[in-house]
Amino acid sequence: MSATYDVAVVGAGLAGMSAAVFAANRGLRVVQVGNAGALLFSSGLFDLLGVHPIEDGRTWSDPWAGLVVLRRDIPEHPYAKLEAAQVRAAFGELVAALDEAGLAYTAPGERNREVLTGVGTAKSTYCVPRTMEPGAATLEAGAPCLLVDFEGLREYSAKAIAAGAAARWPGMRTLRLSFPCPGIAGEVYAAHIALALEERGARERLADLVRPHLGDARAVGLPAVLGIMRSDRAAADLTGAIGVPVFEVPTMPTSVPGLRLKNALERAVAARGVERRVHGRVAAVERTGDEFALSVAATPTPVSLHAHAVILATGRFMGRGLEASRTGVRETLMDLHVAQPATRSDWHRADLFDPRGHALNRAGLEVDDGFRACDARGAVVHPRLFAVGTILAHHDWARMKCGAGLAIGTASAAVAHLTGELGYARGVS
Amino acid sequence: MREKQSATMDTQVLIIGGGATGTAVARDLALRGVACVLVERDDLNAGASGRNHGLLHSGARYVARDADAAAECQVEGALLKRLAPQCIQDTGGLFVAVAGDDERYIADFPGLCAKSGISVRPVPVDEARELEPSLSPRAIAACLVPDASIDPFGLSLEMMAQAERCGARLVRRTGVVGFERAGDTIAAVRLRHSQTGEECLLTADIVVNAAGAWARGVAQLAGLDVPMLYSKGTLVVTHARLAHRVLNRLRPPGDADIIMPGGTVSIAGTTSLTIDDLADVRPTVPEVDLIVEEASALLPALRETRCIRAYAGVRPLVAAGPAVDGRGVSRGFALLDHGREGVANFVTITGGKLTTCRLMAERTADLVCARLGVTMPCRTRSEPLAPTAECEWTEPGFGPRAWMRAQAPDDALLCECEMVSRSALHSIASALGFDGHDGVLADLALRSRLGKGACQGTFCAVRVVAYLYEQGALRGEQGLREQREFFRERWRGQHAVLWGEQLAQVELAEAIHCGLHGYELAARTAVRP
Repeated sequence: MSATYDVAVVGAGLAGMSAAVFAANRGLRVVQVGNAGALLFSSGLFDLLGVHPIEDGRTWSDPWAGLVVLRRDIPEHPYAKLEAAQVRAAFGELVAALDEAGLAYTAPGERNREVLTGVGTAKSTYCVPRTMEPGAATLEAGAPCLLVDFEGLREYSAKAIAAGAAARWPGMRTLRLSFPCPGIAGEVYAAHIALALEERGARERLADLVRPHLGDARAVGLPAVLGIMRSDRAAADLTGAIGVPVFEVPTMPTSVPGLRLKNALERAVAARGVERRVHGRVAAVERTGDEFALSVAATPTPVSLHAHAVILATGRFMGRGLEASRTGVRETLMDLHVAQPATRSDWHRADLFDPRGHALNRAGLEVDDGFRACDARGAVVHPRLFAVGTILAHHDWARMKCGAGLAIGTASAAVAHLTGELGYARGVS
Repeated sequence: MREKQSATMDTQVLIIGGGATGTAVARDLALRGVACVLVERDDLNAGASGRNHGLLHSGARYVARDADAAAECQVEGALLKRLAPQCIQDTGGLFVAVAGDDERYIADFPGLCAKSGISVRPVPVDEARELEPSLSPRAIAACLVPDASIDPFGLSLEMMAQAERCGARLVRRTGVVGFERAGDTIAAVRLRHSQTGEECLLTADIVVNAAGAWARGVAQLAGLDVPMLYSKGTLVVTHARLAHRVLNRLRPPGDADIIMPGGTVSIAGTTSLTIDDLADVRPTVPEVDLIVEEASALLPALRETRCIRAYAGVRPLVAAGPAVDGRGVSRGFALLDHGREGVANFVTITGGKLTTCRLMAERTADLVCARLGVTMPCRTRSEPLAPTAECEWTEPGFGPRAWMRAQAPDDALLCECEMVSRSALHSIASALGFDGHDGVLADLALRSRLGKGACQGTFCAVRVVAYLYEQGALRGEQGLREQREFFRERWRGQHAVLWGEQLAQVELAEAIHCGLHGYELAARTAVRP
């Protein structure tokens, strides 16, 4: 018989990873199932709340003030079940864990930061990787800047970004370089450049190419390629060699910042003794007495895991937490109740960019104030079955710009409630 | 005088509408040495010509209802296979009946085909299933016919390219806003640029209205009424090709009884819904469901197959009217000489089928030439549609073949789903030129497979816009506008097929477009220049 874990976290996106870190930080024995591939699709930016109400496209420079309004306007939004102090603490705890794992983010503060995107729009976000911070500072100051791109990096054009951002950020010049490293030519990939920039020699050659074009630029922007394992060192080195701050501009997924985040979170959970079943997929969850039994379809042999509690962080359709057929949406693992529009005709609007967003984006799992999954009648399914992250109903994270806050905040709340529940469960056993 | 303020063009024949009919008329006239200008409000194949099955009919579908149309399709289909092979995949077709279908229709079908000159071969169901392994186990009868798949974009592009080589001129993004009359003739046609609103006058000896579903609106500008019925048809595109041949349900034509091969995909449809309004025609969820349910009677696998998009076109059906050809309506197309209604130099050609576009053009050009006193006979019955390099890229599967055959070391794939390379776009763009107006991305997408694969443009649009800025083809925030409009256009086709895998794909697209790039916010305030 295998041991019974305190909690099984199903899913390894930002919500699942956060839940695993938070639970392990509280001394719980954690098993986590699922690979962290979804994190590769992350931009690396942590949003808390950027836009509300989306109908009006109102952006918030103070996300905490926005949160107060959002909680009032949409009482069923997952944020309405969270205290601001708890979200703040959760961000702090996760950023600290990432920092320990070698990936530095800006400290969670009072304000949103504005960053330039890889297509030239500006995005309000909350915590940014340190490698992107000088870009936010330069944009906020409206200072002149030199934007560099590389021959063959197909989805990133400094010219396109500068043209798109010209109205907001006029003092931008561009420079196209062939990346100074043999073997990187033709179709060039960000990850290959990032890998090359792990090496000091490549950084020096790049700095030598950029320096003569610096002019009045007070910062140099590069696509997000400043190393994979030690991006802080790559950025610091280049900044030193060029003479002005160097910053990264987020790139299309799958991105290097996403890869760094995946690596750092994997290190963070490993360092905390979280047992990980990366290659398995939970095929079924059964409730046996006081425990959950998870059948993990893994090679070479299926595994059965036992846990006192389950945190479902399986994501939406991409993450396979939800599955849609022509007739409806279902939760894939336990067939939990999914709040959803009455018919498929109501799922999406005629215009992709309709300011009101699409109704299907607000479909998902219903939970109580402790993030325990509820059935269609609103009753808790099991006192220790939690759901966190984007699988929850009543949000539109991509339009509200609240994805990371949702993942981190709800994971933190679920772990807090779980700790209380387990205390009770252990007390009686 | 306004006339003096705006530029004036002059030609022998003005053709209104750049669909299969308009481009075929331009080609026919140009081959006879007649000077012509084709104006198109949007771009080539913006209407039904770009939103159909791509079925080159053998005629078998019409044998019971309209033997003339069937015979016409038989002749024209064979002609096009010979003269425009680059636009056609001669897949052959299979008519299949399933349990419950009309036994008498099944029995009569081979005889009716033979009567219309269509070669037909009934095959045992077992043999049919060997030919098409995905065929329904409920199939009870099958007949092979010479149906084929045609690339409607390639066809129109090629016809226009040949016309241009013979001196015809294409004016895109320019619509007709008025006719200036002098007695019983149209003295000048007022044109307006769709984006800039700039107007100019064009004088022509004869005006040909080939505006498809919009022909009625154009005729109204001349004070004429062409009574038309608008029939909306929706089609669904799958992620994988489910059958080698054109599959038709062996029963009287009805909803969703055709499954076409389209390169690497299958296309199932259509529906038929009479509509009043041509604005905002898009596929709906009930139409898509009906197609999946009905067409899966032929191919049950369709039910489980990922659908990547749907599209809807409008069939222009001529209700009645003074047709030149007495059988015009029954043959599916109508050539109307408005001289009888008091406008001497105005002709409308509408209705019809893609398969018969050459014939429609021949009849129209014959009438026009008789008026002009041009004696040169029609050449399109024998003159091949010579292939043009920049028109090759609409064919599904051509991009991958070209890429695998040879690639320059500095070339790169910009659309990975459909394997559209930078050099392919360069070839298209060089032929087309950049006019400084919005719609460059749409121009390239129309002339290639850009954005037509699984990701529906999520990744390639960014790459192509990056490429276009490097080429100096885009300025200011144009690239952002182009991408937004491109994603919106792709969405029109996707929003009714969003379940299963394609919904996951769209979730990623929204995460990028909205979550990361904030296009929905920029779209609120964006003002076109």
